[in-house]
Amino acid sequence: MMREMTGAEMVMQALIDQGVEHMFGYPGGAVLPIYDAMFHQNQVRHVLVRHEQGAVHMAEGYARSSGKVGVVLVTSGPGATNAVTGLTDALLDSIPLVCITGQVPTHLIGTDAFQECDTVGITRPCTKHNYLVRDINDLARVLHEAFYVAQNGRPGPVVVDIPKDIQFARGMYVGPENIEHKTYKPRLKGDPEKIRQAVELLARAKRPVFYTGGGVINSGPEASRLLRELARLTGHPVTSTLMGLGAYPAADKQWLGMLGMHGTYEANMAMHDCDVMVCVGARFDDRITGRVDAFSPHSKKIHIDIDPSSINKNVKIDLPIIGDVKHVLEDMLTLWRAMKIEPDRRAIADWWVQIEKWRARKSLAFTASDRIIKPQQAIKALYDQVKDKDVYITTEVGQHQMWAAQHFHFEQPNRWMTSGGLGTMGYGLPAAIGVQVAHPGSLVIDIAGEASIQMCLQELSTALQFNLPVKIFVLNNEYMGMVRQWQDLLHGGRYSHSYSESLPDFVKLAEAYGAVGLRCANPADLDATIAEMINVDRPVLFDCLVDKTENVLPMIPSGKPHNEMIMPDHPEALDEAISEEGKMLV
Amino acid sequence: MPPIQEPAERHTLSLLVDNEPGVLARIVGLFSGRGYNIDSLTVSEVSHDSRRSRITVVTTGAPMIIEQIKSQLDRLVPVHRVVDLTVIGKAVERELALIKVRGKGEIRQEALLIADSFRARTVDTTLESFVFEITGKPDKIDQFVSLLEPLGLVEVSRTGVAAIGRGPDAM
Repeated sequence: MMREMTGAEMVMQALIDQGVEHMFGYPGGAVLPIYDAMFHQNQVRHVLVRHEQGAVHMAEGYARSSGKVGVVLVTSGPGATNAVTGLTDALLDSIPLVCITGQVPTHLIGTDAFQECDTVGITRPCTKHNYLVRDINDLARVLHEAFYVAQNGRPGPVVVDIPKDIQFARGMYVGPENIEHKTYKPRLKGDPEKIRQAVELLARAKRPVFYTGGGVINSGPEASRLLRELARLTGHPVTSTLMGLGAYPAADKQWLGMLGMHGTYEANMAMHDCDVMVCVGARFDDRITGRVDAFSPHSKKIHIDIDPSSINKNVKIDLPIIGDVKHVLEDMLTLWRAMKIEPDRRAIADWWVQIEKWRARKSLAFTASDRIIKPQQAIKALYDQVKDKDVYITTEVGQHQMWAAQHFHFEQPNRWMTSGGLGTMGYGLPAAIGVQVAHPGSLVIDIAGEASIQMCLQELSTALQFNLPVKIFVLNNEYMGMVRQWQDLLHGGRYSHSYSESLPDFVKLAEAYGAVGLRCANPADLDATIAEMINVDRPVLFDCLVDKTENVLPMIPSGKPHNEMIMPDHPEALDEAISEEGKMLV
Repeated sequence: MPPIQEPAERHTLSLLVDNEPGVLARIVGLFSGRGYNIDSLTVSEVSHDSRRSRITVVTTGAPMIIEQIKSQLDRLVPVHRVVDLTVIGKAVERELALIKVRGKGEIRQEALLIADSFRARTVDTTLESFVFEITGKPDKIDQFVSLLEPLGLVEVSRTGVAAIGRGPDAM
């Protein structure tokens, strides 16, 4: 399709042609023509945010829960710089976004014009790719290419910066047909020879483990299904990173729980002692490996990843397979069946005996109280009430995030949205709003802390405006809990600026926004108050007052290997757990 | 805990990139952002029709880092090809330098003699100065410069390394 139109009209037409139904944005001088073009159509619904960071996190929540590309529209200067945190978050968690930014007219670029900033310069290291469109005849192609780049290969955010004169200029619009990048063509199918070697390694394994990550989720629901099939066929244990939760069902007996710094004992010990590790769409992040030179010392490591730069970045890999998780798992399954593999059942049975011993340590145990709400107990109570519902969970960042990952269990992919790589406080509420936009009939809960929630709380107003009944479940311990925990660990319990002073009355605050405010401090009232929260068909802010001194355990102290975890039954070991070298780490 | 240190190696990488605005910033930013070294960098358009530029980067790092640099470069959207000339065999590497020397009398004679033995050309002369032009491998230029040091060396301008693989095949 070729048609003459203005740049602003091209933007809307390109979004429509890309199948975009929702976008998140905030108007300003340099995007007014696009907002005007938006005014003349009804196909793309715009969600007006209260801060551009919120827009990007909403688009992330939308993308992660739906598998579609999230779309953001912001103005030049502060609009673009406010979006930077969200873009970086999306880059680190590999979330497909297209962020359109307005720019001052081309003749003013470089003159320090009002609301001018070097958007492509600023966003270059925090996007997968970005464009400044200086010619109206490039605009349509660039917009379609942006969608192609955002979702192909390892997904990520793409910025398209459009000067205001280009938005007014007229040119020929071309449709998305046959638009793909000239050279950016990531490899989807893995090398068959490498896949054969992987299957053979797996067939001979005595102590195998699947270490899965966000790449399984990004590869689509089919990848999660194939992972389950391969696990069932082999009988091997499965663990996952924070990003990959839900790809493998938590109720399954082969599930070890999350691994890493606050992962389960059985998952980390299995990683440490395994003889064959299959990393599926994860990236050996420092939260996962602990001390690198003592990481899983006896294993052959297979790494499946669509991004070749993930291979050998932190950990030496024996068998890399470059490709999309779904395709590679499919080929592995086919080969496993064709080769009629009989794994070493006896060895695998012995391995499971060992794993069950580790599991029996009950590393996530906590002592519930009838006097004070334990944060773990709050998550468990929430989980028990909503687990059979159509529920999506987002989180902020900190202790509550780890407790949610440990005590809320996921059976399906795309149900868990958390800021993994960047660790962005303020992510959860806008992400929940984005999820609710994509799934208007579902229950969407942001598990939050009283410090994080204040970083993007203004978006509650967005939830009200668009009738998005998100629930905010705040574990209020009046501390930046994770900071406090690390000050306990490293700085002699000197809580320098980690306590939440002058907190607002969250119930009144919710009511001021027009939402529902609830509060609970008594364990006996917890279930009833959670039920009340779920049953209200409006946004709710639940101020759950919890134990102020609880720490997240188990824990691999920084600088330690997987087999030196601090367990909840010996928390005092935390006091001298970290070496001088470990103190340097974050 | 830093991984086991392997000795650093010097590698010459050749990149074919789209000649679009910001492509050089993207590459330089990748090196600085991730803490990699750039020993030398040259950029120029090589095909006006297809708007391609060729970038030659000389970098040093442990083998694992060099591999990481290559894959990080390769995944940049406007980068078409990354070739490690050091791995594929002895590449031809050349650099051009312009060197200014100031002096009178015997020192001038000496400078001219050295320039002659390095096959440097004299491209500018005054009664008290010369500008020499020399082309060669970087270490030849290093040597030439160090010999001129005591003979009134004023300033040096070097282009950085351009490199190309030997034999009939393109990168």
